[in-house]
Amino acid sequence: MKNNSKDCALLTNIKHPFLENFSERFLIAASENARELEFNVNEIIFSRGERAEKFYLVMEGKIGLEIDAPDHPSVRVHTVDSNRVMGWSWLVPPYKWTVTARALKKTRVIALDAFVLHRYFKLHPEDGYLFCLRLLPVIAERLDETRLQLINLYDRYGD
Amino acid sequence: MIGMVIKMSNINQLFESDKNRENPHLPLPFIVEDRFQETPDTVSLTLVPENPGKIFTFSPGQFNMLYVFGVGECAISISGNAMNTQRLIHTVRSVGKISNALTNLKPGDTIGVRGPFGNGWPFAEARGKDLIIVAGGLGLAPLRPMIYEVLSHRDLYRRVEIVYGARTPRDLLYKEELQVWRKSSEIRLQVTVDIGDREWYGDIGMVTSRIPDIKFDPSNSIAFICGPEIMMHSVAEMLELRGLQSNNVYFSMERNMKCGMGQCGHCQFGPYFVCRDGPVFPYSKLEKFMSVKEV
Repeated sequence: MKNNSKDCALLTNIKHPFLENFSERFLIAASENARELEFNVNEIIFSRGERAEKFYLVMEGKIGLEIDAPDHPSVRVHTVDSNRVMGWSWLVPPYKWTVTARALKKTRVIALDAFVLHRYFKLHPEDGYLFCLRLLPVIAERLDETRLQLINLYDRYGD
Repeated sequence: MIGMVIKMSNINQLFESDKNRENPHLPLPFIVEDRFQETPDTVSLTLVPENPGKIFTFSPGQFNMLYVFGVGECAISISGNAMNTQRLIHTVRSVGKISNALTNLKPGDTIGVRGPFGNGWPFAEARGKDLIIVAGGLGLAPLRPMIYEVLSHRDLYRRVEIVYGARTPRDLLYKEELQVWRKSSEIRLQVTVDIGDREWYGDIGMVTSRIPDIKFDPSNSIAFICGPEIMMHSVAEMLELRGLQSNNVYFSMERNMKCGMGQCGHCQFGPYFVCRDGPVFPYSKLEKFMSVKEV
């Protein structure tokens, strides 16, 4: 992993669809401890069970989300591409990652500090509301997809 | 071999009359020239007419009724190149008695072929437009002739976006061609699987997850979709949200077919017979029936 920057106003200088229309106040506050990180192919970004302390804006590359089980080979259940976001376990108890994230291509992300976000949203709930409204469609989309994966819709097709 | 239950001499007698050959109820004898295992449960069969002079023409998206002697007949989309009038290719997944018999055929076996049936993709309407092709699972089979058509007449189409999804990497059809198409500068292919493994570095997710990423002009585009109905429905809704009108979105429907000619009623879907009126329909015609249970 390569740590590219430590900029006190990092988020005001980048373009990412998730950040559109957020206030400058939020962007400056959320830049505290934010890092631009690079990962090589196959490098682990976070592992299942670890404490979830980051929210990731994917700037470039592709990330695979994997589930491991002791008696089962690991499976990749989702990929996250550039211009998307990753990681909301820091919002939900017990604040641990539920999957392992691995770079499938050379990948560049902005990692936001979950502690900083929690602290800011307690003081400015209106920005927290906007953040949740922006994040919920991503979660809903993932849930829809998971339902379709569960029913294995290709299984009966062609019968 | 199941195909040998009936003596070959009897089969030849059955087809000896030219009059019989014109009867759409009577299958023509074709010989299995090649059998290719696409996935653990799916094979592609290359068929040649027993009568070497016979040519077979079809339109991309049409299907044939394939008859395994002594077992039965079922509708299978034609998955080969329509420009090749000497050979037929059918991709068959083993899911029942007849399809299981078809996937167990070997080179040299004889089967009966009736067809082609159905309307096929409206490719003439797609010319001069951005073309979106979305396939799920075995749904790539009836779309492959359309992709061949596009590649043969590339200048007649504008931007071409193809999205193909399968359950796992090992369930992907036509793997070698996918590699070629992926590298082609003439089309853009996205392949995604529901579940990946450590060897898979491509996209994971349903085909719907790739729709936001495709580029097209909603006022001058057409979409051809084939796969499970719930998938086609979801893709059509997403394309509509992006401005593509439902009369420019086409589905290839699947129903249990028997006669292939709109006479028996087995494939009825609302007011339509899928074999005769389809299998390709504009979404605008199907929309109101797709949410009705048991239609």
